[in-house]
Amino acid sequence: MISVLAPPSRAIGVPHERLDGKEKVSGRACYAADTPAERLAYGVFALANIPRGRIAQLDVGRAEHAAGVLRIFTHENMPRLNPVSSPPAGQSLLPLQSDRIAYEGQPIALAVAATLEQAAHAASLVRAEYEREPFNVDFRTQLERAVEGQSFFESDTRVGDVERELAQAPIRIAQRYRTADRHHCAMEPSATVARWENGSLTLDDATQYVWGVRMAVAQALDIAPERVRVRSSYAGGGFGSKGYVWPHQVLTAAAARELERPLKVVLTRAQAFTAHGYQTASEQALDIGAERDGTLRAVRATSINPTSRFDDYVEYCALSARSLYAAPAIETRHRVVHVDRSTPTPMRAPHDGVAMVGLEIAMDELAYEAGIDSLELRLRNYAQRDPTTGKPFSSKELRACYRLAAERFGWSGRNPRPGAMREGRVRIGWGMATALMGTFRMPASARVTVESDGRVLIEAGTQEIGTGVRTIMPQIAADVLGVPIEQVRIALGDTTLPETGGTFGSSTTMSVGSAVLDAATRLRDELRELGAHEDEDLGAVLSRSGRTSLSADGAWSPGEEGDFSMHTFGAVFAEVRVDEDLPIPRVSRVVGAYSAGRIINPTTARSQIQGGMVWGIGQALLEESSMDPTLGRYLSKNLAGYLVPANADVPELEVIFAEEVDAHASPLGAKGIGELGAVGVAPAIANAVFHATGVRVRELPIRLEMLLA
Amino acid sequence: MHPFEYARAGDAAGAVAALAGDPEAAFIAGGTELVNWLKDGIERPGRVVDINRLPLGQIEATSAGLRIGTLARMSDVAAHRAVRSGFPALAEALERSASAQLRNMASMGGNLLQRTRCPYFRAETDLPCNKRRPGSGCAAREGLNRTHAIFGWSDACVATHPSDAAVALRALEASVRVLGRGGERSIPLADFYRLPGDAPERDTVLEHGELIVGIDVPATPRARRSWYVKVRERASYEFALVSAAVALDLDGGRIREVRIALGGVAPMPWPLTEAERALAGLPLERAALARAVDGAFSEARPLARNAFKIALAKRTVVRALEIAGGMA
Repeated sequence: MISVLAPPSRAIGVPHERLDGKEKVSGRACYAADTPAERLAYGVFALANIPRGRIAQLDVGRAEHAAGVLRIFTHENMPRLNPVSSPPAGQSLLPLQSDRIAYEGQPIALAVAATLEQAAHAASLVRAEYEREPFNVDFRTQLERAVEGQSFFESDTRVGDVERELAQAPIRIAQRYRTADRHHCAMEPSATVARWENGSLTLDDATQYVWGVRMAVAQALDIAPERVRVRSSYAGGGFGSKGYVWPHQVLTAAAARELERPLKVVLTRAQAFTAHGYQTASEQALDIGAERDGTLRAVRATSINPTSRFDDYVEYCALSARSLYAAPAIETRHRVVHVDRSTPTPMRAPHDGVAMVGLEIAMDELAYEAGIDSLELRLRNYAQRDPTTGKPFSSKELRACYRLAAERFGWSGRNPRPGAMREGRVRIGWGMATALMGTFRMPASARVTVESDGRVLIEAGTQEIGTGVRTIMPQIAADVLGVPIEQVRIALGDTTLPETGGTFGSSTTMSVGSAVLDAATRLRDELRELGAHEDEDLGAVLSRSGRTSLSADGAWSPGEEGDFSMHTFGAVFAEVRVDEDLPIPRVSRVVGAYSAGRIINPTTARSQIQGGMVWGIGQALLEESSMDPTLGRYLSKNLAGYLVPANADVPELEVIFAEEVDAHASPLGAKGIGELGAVGVAPAIANAVFHATGVRVRELPIRLEMLLA
Repeated sequence: MHPFEYARAGDAAGAVAALAGDPEAAFIAGGTELVNWLKDGIERPGRVVDINRLPLGQIEATSAGLRIGTLARMSDVAAHRAVRSGFPALAEALERSASAQLRNMASMGGNLLQRTRCPYFRAETDLPCNKRRPGSGCAAREGLNRTHAIFGWSDACVATHPSDAAVALRALEASVRVLGRGGERSIPLADFYRLPGDAPERDTVLEHGELIVGIDVPATPRARRSWYVKVRERASYEFALVSAAVALDLDGGRIREVRIALGGVAPMPWPLTEAERALAGLPLERAALARAVDGAFSEARPLARNAFKIALAKRTVVRALEIAGGMA
């Protein structure tokens, strides 16, 4: 076992701009859809416009005869494919395999032509007649049909006697909270280029997990995984939408095999609303009992979310309550309602990012009910150990976060009375919330090589989706080997490289970083055996020993979590301004302090957290995928209809990291930050809106009409 | 996208003639709207006639008012000194529209011909919408109609018109100059848009092949003291939930005459004629303004999800009056 690197560190923990920044902003970075190929054909899906039924008749005559068309694939001529297990598949239903329609937007045909325009036109000429069937896409109208779903975590947990504690508690907060359906809306829509050669497949794919794609495609197409190579040099954001494998990837590979020529499929923005999963809406019930001094006696959290008819996807919106606050009795419960929609999927920040909305608004309600400052209430209920499992936390600097962020924000100057602060006709509100995010770790391997010119190459199959991997991994290797970071580069995003996990669950820095640390450390030891001494040029060491290169393989596996409860934490403070006549909340300030283990690169880490905060602003005030319940179809499948924050919606975002090293989470001492920044922001904003206006909003996004008194 | 031919017009008469002989042809200027329609299958012209080379991009300010060429770009009009000083509501409306990139491309004439942002109309594959496909029904009538009309709608269509500039131009009493086969005619903006009635597919009184060549804004006593207030959830790059343009003529602290148009509440910029009458002679006091504006909403017919627009629109008008009058 490698120990945590001893300070002072030369590259780890030092701010560094992105090594790939220039490539990206100058357009030289090659994304999946940029992949060149000879004789490349283009595919465009035609989609079902009903939520449930059967294709009675499919007319592809006009499409087949349109200019440039090579083939129109439908369920009638697409070869039967093997079902794919989930994970890695995002949903079990694979389209173009039968005449069943189980959600709107399900592909009914794949039009392939010599140009993109011809393929799009051909797809528009496909005509379907359906036998329609009754459907229900709205889970809120059938909450009584909620059932237990099978997924990652336990559905239900219980410690203590919740009934008794609630009954005896002098203060009780029992409310329902709602969040909306949301979509990832990554800047780069999913894209796949498939090429077959001698029975082997190369897929250039916009994915967060090249091995997942390989596994799914090999399974579906019934070929050995070794015959599938998946590459993803860059992805233009993922946020979970490219984490699992979705039908377009499998179908593109299958169609290219039939056509015997390379095929590219790029989803349109509209298709991205149905071609992969979404973050489900949630119905959260919180029942909290407390003493008059705010000390919690019981927390009961229940969550219901919709999922498809054919898969269980549980958004664990009661998960946070299991670990966040100390209480003698805690009960959590998750249920799902099956509706006629596609299968949901994780989205930044899954589970806790949604769960904290209900829990942290409820805590603010409790603070007002008990007449205690919101921050003080959190401190009074601070959990020293995980209150559900009783395990110690692997590390937790949340107390420091509360202090650092509160000081920076100026929280002590807050008059808690709603409406107490104003500037002219603008009411100002201050709100706060805690952030908590689960820690996900994955096995990873890596290879580090010194080349004859002294340059260092890291090889690891992991993906760069915008998080900074191409900078952070070189920092780790540079630190161990004592070379400047500019001398180190990384080859990634390729199943021919050492295997890692997916770039999701905020897992990459600690998982892949630990494998790079291991490989670099082994390499350093080998170099020392060759007589290398401190600060000696590595190229000189190699030539002295008659070598042209020297490599070391490294690996890391998280092993058992057994003894610890592992999370990241934060404290988020937000200021909103609400015009008293035209009450649209505008966020004017956010300060967040975070307990997330060792920070490898403060520059990219800050950027990650700020990005997450912007997600939180969107969750609080703008984002909602609206679906017409009568038609069973999404409306506004574009970025004019699905509103994400624009620059004008984003104020100064201050990010503070608490000093912390979590030696239990990873040898680097690092944990994950990719999702944490998106947690806690929305409830902090909702609480600030209450402080500004006196209106308690329990449903996101916050709409103006909720505040029009 | 449906395949189409491309032609470039050499002069305005040629452009009009090109469309007159071809019912499948459409003009294109900045392309910021038409291209959306092409992509979403809302329009399927067989031929697109590019008018960008026509000499219709001028912005002229005289003692009579503004003469804005149809091809003047939104950003140029918004930045023009005479517009900013003499017609501030128009500059404000333009600057609150779309994004900087779109404003650099979009033409003034095209701006007036934007079509509704109703999501049922804008769907990537068609949903029931009489405006898009006559006879297919109005899904918004009983559907998700939070952003829809409270004035002027019919059972066939409850959509609103999205242009900010049109609302300002309505309050500024502008007219549209139109060239057709029979020559040029001037249409007051008040008569330019149509209510949906039974034929919501027609947004304006323009005939096929008629080309907007310019917009005239008279120099009234009210134009200089005009303002536009836009209410929207996203702070930029978003259509109005509700908006109000006002143009005020003051006599000391009292209102001599006022024009008011609302956006986001009707199939066209909606004049608040009753409030205009009620406000004449009133002092610029918030309570008095609010009372006078209140009465003008007795005709409002909210839908299931947009009743809030009544209160919101009233407040927006009052705020616009206050700003134009120098009170806020």
